[in-house]
Amino acid sequence: MAYVIQGETGDWELVIGLEVHAQVISKSKLFSGASTLFGGEPNTQVSLVDAAMPGMLPVINEYCIEQAVRTGLGLKAKINLTSVFARKNYFYADLPQGYQISQYEYPIVGEGEVILDMPDGSTRKVGIERLHLEQDAGKSLHDQHPTKSFIDLNRSGVALMEIVSKPDMRSPEEAAAYVTKLRSILRYLGTCDGNMAEGSMRCDANVSVRKAGEPYRTRAEIKNVNSIRFLQQAIEYEARRQVDLYEEGGQVVQETRLFDSTKGETRSMRSKEHAHDYRYFPDPDLLPLMVAQDFVDGIKAGLPELPDEKKERFMGDYGLSSYDAGVLVAEQANADFFEAVGKGRDPKLACNWVMGDFAAAMNRLGRSIDNPPVSAADLGGLIDLIADNTISGRIAKEVFELMVETGKAPAVIVEEKGLRQVTDTGAIEASIDAVLAANGDKVAEYRSGKDKLFGFFVGQVMKATGGKANPALVNEILKKKLG
Amino acid sequence: MTRLTRLTMAEARDGLARKDFSATELTEAHIRAVEAARHLNCFVTETPDLALERAKAADARLAKGEGGAMEGLPIAMKDLFCTEGVRTTASSHILENFVPPYESTVSANLKKAGAVMLGKTSLDEFAMGSSNMTSYFGPVENPWKRKDDAGAKLVPGGSSGGSAAAVAARLALGATGTDTGGSIRQPASFCGIVGIKPTYGRCSRWGIIAFASSLDQAGPMARTVRDVSIMLGAMAGHDPKDSTSAPVAVPNFEAALTGDIRGLKVGVPKEYRPQGLSPEIEKLWDDGIAMLKDAGATPVEISLPYTKYALPTYYIVAPAECSSNLARYDGVRYGLRVEGKTLDEMYAKTRAAGFGKEVRRRILVGTYVLSAGYYDAYYAKAQRVRRLIADDFAKAFQTVDAILTPTAPSAAFAIGETDGNPVTMWLNDIFTIPTSLAGLPGLSLPTGLSADGLPLGLQVIGRPFDEETVLKVAEVMEKAAGFTAVPAGLEG
Repeated sequence: MAYVIQGETGDWELVIGLEVHAQVISKSKLFSGASTLFGGEPNTQVSLVDAAMPGMLPVINEYCIEQAVRTGLGLKAKINLTSVFARKNYFYADLPQGYQISQYEYPIVGEGEVILDMPDGSTRKVGIERLHLEQDAGKSLHDQHPTKSFIDLNRSGVALMEIVSKPDMRSPEEAAAYVTKLRSILRYLGTCDGNMAEGSMRCDANVSVRKAGEPYRTRAEIKNVNSIRFLQQAIEYEARRQVDLYEEGGQVVQETRLFDSTKGETRSMRSKEHAHDYRYFPDPDLLPLMVAQDFVDGIKAGLPELPDEKKERFMGDYGLSSYDAGVLVAEQANADFFEAVGKGRDPKLACNWVMGDFAAAMNRLGRSIDNPPVSAADLGGLIDLIADNTISGRIAKEVFELMVETGKAPAVIVEEKGLRQVTDTGAIEASIDAVLAANGDKVAEYRSGKDKLFGFFVGQVMKATGGKANPALVNEILKKKLG
Repeated sequence: MTRLTRLTMAEARDGLARKDFSATELTEAHIRAVEAARHLNCFVTETPDLALERAKAADARLAKGEGGAMEGLPIAMKDLFCTEGVRTTASSHILENFVPPYESTVSANLKKAGAVMLGKTSLDEFAMGSSNMTSYFGPVENPWKRKDDAGAKLVPGGSSGGSAAAVAARLALGATGTDTGGSIRQPASFCGIVGIKPTYGRCSRWGIIAFASSLDQAGPMARTVRDVSIMLGAMAGHDPKDSTSAPVAVPNFEAALTGDIRGLKVGVPKEYRPQGLSPEIEKLWDDGIAMLKDAGATPVEISLPYTKYALPTYYIVAPAECSSNLARYDGVRYGLRVEGKTLDEMYAKTRAAGFGKEVRRRILVGTYVLSAGYYDAYYAKAQRVRRLIADDFAKAFQTVDAILTPTAPSAAFAIGETDGNPVTMWLNDIFTIPTSLAGLPGLSLPTGLSADGLPLGLQVIGRPFDEETVLKVAEVMEKAAGFTAVPAGLEG
């Protein structure tokens, strides 16, 4: 279903492109040996290079190159064996060099793609324009002193990957799905932790609107959105603002806007007239970056199974639906947990449990997959008890809750609580006879054609057996007795 | 005036080895010379205590027979090399009180070789200039005087003017320089000494305050070809901290001085005889060619057709890089800060007060040529022309082994004698800039005097990383030229 904004003059379509800044997982910075650990005391992780002392020179961190190439391969993108670092010049107090070393004309990674998994189980392809490496700036702290700003350079020089999409998204949901999927891929690859709250993944959105069939109109860039929910809100607000502006006879100006998450609106930060002229030029302190095909091939050979392949496999090998498979593979740990539970068992049953009661318990208790409420082995054990008819599915839910509560193994709980399913036909027959004898009127009504009373009899029998009677046997015997 | 300061570096080295004198005595003699020549204003910072301390340590090592290649030899350090714990100013107000907590690779290499640093020499501010007149600490005076006009104070050239004047005045056995467009070679020519700008990448740039990164290169300045050979060997070497430093071995440069250049082909580029070239310079050059011929080398006329574009190309590339390199002097972390009401005002006030006129001019030019809409017309085009200039040399070096040209279009001029037009000043580097753009080694040596009695230098240019041939040719010319003149007051 296409997302449209209904305006006075007709329907408007959204055009969205995203620039994601992903902090590279590496021990040291892009051009210096200083640590990249988050949360250090201000200005304790700063080398002479990061502070731009006179005469200091950048030296590329080879591991960051490896991470960028790995990410490029994960995005099925072209790896440029030659790329060039350029200086992006502007003055700011937390930019010690007075320029950011980035890549401009010649990025390390070219065109690629990301497959979006939409909530309805469908998929969409979004093009990647490029990925380039660049340095992060430091941090300005304006709230530490009444008249001064403080600068923390710990982040100065940390490696970022700027991943630029093509303007292929048409709704806020697609933008959200894109960021979600991109984050998932980066986490699988181990190239970015995707932590938006800590700022290790940040997002700028280029938004424009147009009537169907029109070429692109002027876009506005929304800067530094730090959650997926805010991204959706910002895009919705901005698109509506642009539609209203056009319909009032106005024009959208190309500008940078900030999203105010408390007011839920975007506002102008600086217009094009005040835009920086970054005076990009190749950094003369660094030679063009050359990577060998062998280096790329080596990284490729070591790539993990990525979400798309895993999803494909889950659907093919386990017969899961596109939606279920998509949800399970989004986080590698979830997928691993599922596979541990499902190994040698009915995969659909395992999927239902992992995505159903297990996920619910995890959310309820605020636990994570790394610290699950029930271990994969125990959850598998529970499924085994259902499979071998030791307990019914209904009893299993009870057992599961007790597992969460007590941490005990399912077999132990079943024994302790005497929840073993009754499969003794004699005992079930006796219970049925008692129920039928006590409800002679209902039996007569049933026999005169009131079929739906069958459920009532089943319920009574289950009640009488404390839920432990094997439901299939109850059905079978009951049907025989009622004739 | 003690005779110890009249020794060449090689003589002093051999004297120390023979224990004719100690490193401490040698250093004390130079410290006295430095103090006696303060009117020349060669030094921004003198470090006599540090020098004596190092000289004592050198004596101890020499006594144990553990001396390095330059053990105990007193030298001066251009104040563009960061020296740990010693103020490093780039001759700029903005770094007037900057004391680096680190040592540049080149100065560290020299220290490791045993060299004794006497102090930090003045330069044109941030190495931008050809006269040493742009230094925040005032102009440096050339120790040479015109024959009939002893009153005129002459410039030592620049930007390594303090180093050149100090070596010429016998205040140091040698000195470090840096050369971006001629900053070692032109002052060497003006002061009658030898200076070599090695191949780009031969010496590490780490810890040298940057002017134009793709051109800056450190090199030695001394009174003989042998001396610069010794010193270059101590300065050079691959440095993993500088990505543009070349991973090539450092040869024994002194061993290259065989005195035999028979059969070598030496190119004489016709484009270096522009209209209006002083007949004096032309004659100097012709004499040089004759010396080569006498020594058995073959002069070959060559063409470097893109030469005429070198100066404009340089004055796009160098300012562009400088505009970016100098952005870090913003008053935020170190150096001068002039407070303002806003961040932008603080920047503007700090940089207006901190940088001199020539530096501001080049920052403005560089900012302009990199601006949106002008980048392709200026910077991108200049880079293409730079390639063509390098190709000119590459083509020439297919047939010749070295190239001989004048170093500078004139002898030293007097302080205040220029017309104030910056371009006139820029023309000083017309013969040295092409080599810089091509990244090639170039050496200047004194081979004659002007009618005024001032030294004039010739430039020997070589293939990339073939400083050995350059030094070998230069040493042969040095012998042939027999240049024995000395600055005023040092005769006898």
